[in-house]
Amino acid sequence: MVDTLEHPVDAFDDHGPGAEHGPDEHHGPTGILKWITTTDHKVIGLSYTVTAVIMLVIGGAFAEIIRAQLATPSGTLVSLAQYNELFTMHGSVMIYLFAGPFAFGALANIIVPIQIGAPDMAYPRLNALSYWLYLTGAITMLSGFFTAGGAANFGWVAYAPLSNSLNTPGAGADLWIGGLLLTGFSAIFTGVNLVATIFYLRAPGMTMFRMPIFTWNMLVTAILILLAFPVLTAGLIMLYADRHFGTHIFSVAGGGVPVLWQHIFWFWGHPEVYILALPFFGMVTEILAVFSRKPVFGYKGMVFATLSIAALSLGVWAHHMFTTGVVLLPFFSIMSLLIAVPTGIKIFNWIGTMWRGEVWFSAAMLMAIGFVVTFLIGGLTGIYLASPPLDFFTHDTYFVVAHFHSVVMALVLAGMAGLYYWGPKFTGYLLNERIGKIQFWFLFIGTQVFTLPLYLLGLRGMPRRMAVYPHDPQWKFLNDLSSLGAVLIGVSTILFVVNVVVSWKKHPAGDNPWDGQTLEWFTTSPPPHHNFYRLPVIRSERPTWDYNHPEHHAIAHAPAEVKR
Amino acid sequence: MKVEAKILLALGLFFGVMGVVYWFWSREATGSVMMFAGMLLGFLPGGYYYWWSRRMKARPEDDPNATQAQGAGVVGAFPGTSIWPFTLGMGSFFTVLALVFGIWLLVPGLGLVVWALFGGVAESRRGGKV
Repeated sequence: MVDTLEHPVDAFDDHGPGAEHGPDEHHGPTGILKWITTTDHKVIGLSYTVTAVIMLVIGGAFAEIIRAQLATPSGTLVSLAQYNELFTMHGSVMIYLFAGPFAFGALANIIVPIQIGAPDMAYPRLNALSYWLYLTGAITMLSGFFTAGGAANFGWVAYAPLSNSLNTPGAGADLWIGGLLLTGFSAIFTGVNLVATIFYLRAPGMTMFRMPIFTWNMLVTAILILLAFPVLTAGLIMLYADRHFGTHIFSVAGGGVPVLWQHIFWFWGHPEVYILALPFFGMVTEILAVFSRKPVFGYKGMVFATLSIAALSLGVWAHHMFTTGVVLLPFFSIMSLLIAVPTGIKIFNWIGTMWRGEVWFSAAMLMAIGFVVTFLIGGLTGIYLASPPLDFFTHDTYFVVAHFHSVVMALVLAGMAGLYYWGPKFTGYLLNERIGKIQFWFLFIGTQVFTLPLYLLGLRGMPRRMAVYPHDPQWKFLNDLSSLGAVLIGVSTILFVVNVVVSWKKHPAGDNPWDGQTLEWFTTSPPPHHNFYRLPVIRSERPTWDYNHPEHHAIAHAPAEVKR
Repeated sequence: MKVEAKILLALGLFFGVMGVVYWFWSREATGSVMMFAGMLLGFLPGGYYYWWSRRMKARPEDDPNATQAQGAGVVGAFPGTSIWPFTLGMGSFFTVLALVFGIWLLVPGLGLVVWALFGGVAESRRGGKV
């Protein structure tokens, strides 16, 4: 079945949106067959959202078990071997299966085409393939738990020679590699799709410098995916060849170089940090602007900050490898410290966006502000770690764990903000604000109670990846505090699920519940099959606001002459 | 189209410069190769877009004063629903499982992959415009 897409202007009518077209004008299969055969970016994005939230719950459950084990110095909840599997799979599930796919598979998939006025993603069938590769990759990786040897247990970084066939034999490690191959290709295809969509399917008048910041960030994320993920895929194939075909790429015995794995892994792994972070930066930028009733402060600065973060992020990989002793310390230290500049610009612009705005403290806005605070803590401690002497002191301690958990918990806050903000757009129904605000306080306080003690633990010398630790009252107290924080975060996740159940199809959202600024708030909630019945005239980076508030002058960011 | 081209060319230039700096400062091969590969990823598509941007008329989405009517017409032909992505995904799934559980899984794996490739191409041909 092939639809020939006409531009939405042909569907323009003067009777308002949806006057002559119901949302069900597209006749296709329903039920499970719809889920399997769909190529609609909104349905695929919703499948991604549900799958990614399930992965968040699974990865979170692993985290709760880990924190329960560490609540006492000689915990016996899990065996030492099981603990290795748990921290490996906690990291793998959260990084590979939740954070990335949630950002570029779920929210970007739904929102980016609508924000630029496109009828669908550029390659709808490739988009569907991305989802199936992601789902099967997740199943492959997690099925390691059902094999005789258990799941992968070499840490989420799979360092050589720990990951060779002598040290970690068994199907669990191979399933981890296989799952990563599938999700890696899924990410690459989504990256191709996003770049093509943003370059070729924008609505008339939507110049590059009128695109919403979220779309800009997704474009940069997609380019980063294309730069980074193929390197990981190549590395995984080398690792598999070492394990099964007798090659010696990463083994000293055969003339190989174990550190090569670290180079390859982190050449993917550090851009990956920004592949995770940039989409959430974009979400927060949109939310802060809408709920402050102001345009984004420093729009172009925001775009160039994103571009320079992306460029720099590919030159900093070896700051994860300072203690190997074979990397060029000054180069990687300077490049890592430089990233603080564009990131600082972003923090400044976020504050500038809220400054003297009419701030509306909705659940989404609270979570976005919580993101800025938490991310600032995580970002500042990252500056310490960029300095080699400090890194030598704290490497592989809980200080590093605390640093990146501040960052990723900030991303979880931003992701929740995104769900409260955009959820009504793609489901058509609002979430309960009161439960949302309670969830925010549990999540925000829980995050700080969980991460801040870990910084102190790291400075007191506790190494990461230990299932048991010495009987030291200070260590025990800090670990208990951290476990309490983990419980609070767990409660907040349960509150989110409760909120979805309680508000299921209760409060219709209407087309534009937040007085939004970008194109997605111009169409219906949920949008029709090809997104728009009509489009407004686009003269600034917030066309919907201009349409709804003609009393304000459009702020044009593009020069008036035509740029080809 | 010019902005799109410039972004990619700028990234390519950055990686090129950093690659040179990194190679002469560190003499470390892995990172230098990856930096130069990054440079190519910027220059190849960036150069293509730049070449075209000088030879084509500005598209409505590049025109800051465009009206919606300028975009009227066929955007493209898109498959409404398709079973082939699912078939291809399952084929890839079994192919990857063959890496772990045995070579016999390549039979259903590659079988589904080939079937999906033929099916998908045939679907596009029937549509005629994809």
